[in-house]
Amino acid sequence: MRYDLQIIASWIEPGSKVIDLGCGEGDLLQHLITHKGVQGTGIELNEEKVARCIEKGLSVLQGDINKEVHDYPEGLFDYVILSQTLQQVFQPDELIRAMLRIGRKGIVSFPNFSHWQIRLQLLFSGYAPVSRQLPYQWFDTPNIRVITLKDFRKFAQDVGLKVLKEAAIDTHSQDRFGSIVKWFPNLRATYGIFMIGGSEAE
Amino acid sequence: MSEYIHHDKDRISVGVVEKQYFSFAAPPDEMVLESGARLGPVVLAYETYGTLASDRRNAVLVLHALSGDSHVAGYYSADDEKPGWWDCMVGPGKGIDTDKFFVICANVIGSCMGSTGPSSINPATGRAFGLEFPVVTIGDMVTAQKALVDHLGIDRLLCVVGGSIGGMQVLEWCVRYPERVVSAIPLATTMRHSALAIAFNEVARQSIMADPNWNHGDYYERAKPALGLAVARMIGHITYLSDESMRHKFGRRLQDKSDFSFNFDADFQVESYLRYQGRKFVDRFDANSFLYITKAADYFDLGKQHGGGSAVKALSKARARFLVISFTSDWLYPTYQAKEIVKALKKNGRDVSFCEIEAEWGHDAFLIPGERLPKLIRGFLERVHHGGAE
Repeated sequence: MRYDLQIIASWIEPGSKVIDLGCGEGDLLQHLITHKGVQGTGIELNEEKVARCIEKGLSVLQGDINKEVHDYPEGLFDYVILSQTLQQVFQPDELIRAMLRIGRKGIVSFPNFSHWQIRLQLLFSGYAPVSRQLPYQWFDTPNIRVITLKDFRKFAQDVGLKVLKEAAIDTHSQDRFGSIVKWFPNLRATYGIFMIGGSEAE
Repeated sequence: MSEYIHHDKDRISVGVVEKQYFSFAAPPDEMVLESGARLGPVVLAYETYGTLASDRRNAVLVLHALSGDSHVAGYYSADDEKPGWWDCMVGPGKGIDTDKFFVICANVIGSCMGSTGPSSINPATGRAFGLEFPVVTIGDMVTAQKALVDHLGIDRLLCVVGGSIGGMQVLEWCVRYPERVVSAIPLATTMRHSALAIAFNEVARQSIMADPNWNHGDYYERAKPALGLAVARMIGHITYLSDESMRHKFGRRLQDKSDFSFNFDADFQVESYLRYQGRKFVDRFDANSFLYITKAADYFDLGKQHGGGSAVKALSKARARFLVISFTSDWLYPTYQAKEIVKALKKNGRDVSFCEIEAEWGHDAFLIPGERLPKLIRGFLERVHHGGAE
């Protein structure tokens, strides 16, 4: 399983109720069900991936997370997970609000745009940065948002969300291995992972 | 649907099966229908495949569509020309694996494939019911099936599964007998007919009723309304296909000729195909049953019947885990209608999976052998079999 998913999995309380937005082929869900005994469900747009999930015995529904997130009752889930997708969302603020409506806690991970290699690329080449985490050109990228760890922390503060946990990690997009970045995370981490809650969260 | 039924390409089959009959609701304990009318005795034709486990927790109830019957899979004899209507799905190692599950299917009441319907003998008169047969609903069909499930000694069904009108029965089961259903797979179906679906049914019914041989439903001792029923089937058949599948299957190709005939014979392949399907249908189906079952489908409205107009409220009664499936080219029950089911289940916090399968075959896609659907159903059944109820 991807390194960022391993970190996310380590944050989930056993036996909790989880929804994974953009769950892909259900690796994280499968892991959480097997190892943490969670009650898990997911939403995925791609028919092929949805089919893989259901064939594996996962509870997953096909649809656009921005629309499908709305129909659940308030507080149905303990955790709402959005991994490596926030940078592709058209209205991230709305989605995050919706996540915290249907769940007590939200977990988001995204590529850190202020990594030193990205900074250097822009500074010296003058072209929009292309990295292993963000491997597209400006005209074909699905990653329409550029977010840094500092940006997210500021966003959370501005809209009144509590950051309950955070991890800055150094890993590649599909890699099983990685490490936690303690020093200068905004400069050295390739990904950030945040657990957030509403203002009343403990 | 019979045009899709072929021998399994790998010759895998449940083998020779037998149609059985269950009779209940003998007077004075007749079945009270939703309309208030009483019906009894009621006979259900049914078949079972596989073995009921000692804990009786492996029963899967298959629910058939408009023109289907209890013969889901296998053959009636060694030299039978065709297997049952969902042989591609039900059998050893198939999507619904008869090595693991005890599969049951009963012909719906109102039909003509062995269960009590308008062509059955009315005990009061000694003649076929005809229009004296009471109008039955999807709910009545399900109530009758429940009597059979009770008779078989099955307390909880591991799964109820069906497409189209069969899918309506799946939904009905989940809210009428929630404690009896562990999981449910409504396929290519809806919580209520759109005006479009009702309109096609009405044109088909009018075609039957306009046939002078129909004679207000009283034709069992004379010539049948064959033309009316054939046209009704032709109309139905168009709604089961799609623009894309018809373009591929027929296009504008001519049938056994190189130029137009300049008369009203069947020039195009599609004309000839529909005429053939219509004629074939007349041999196996009763015109009055067509009227009764299409009416039951038109009346079906899960939200109105069980939730005071609210589908969310109706499905709040359900306890099952759901796998909802739609097909991209199904314009009779389009995906938005499946999504309404999914939405209502989500609002109730129910466990629901949903997949819209890319298929060009229109509404009939669920009957056609393919890879995707059996795999989805197998994975889902595996989970509910081992995971049990929520």
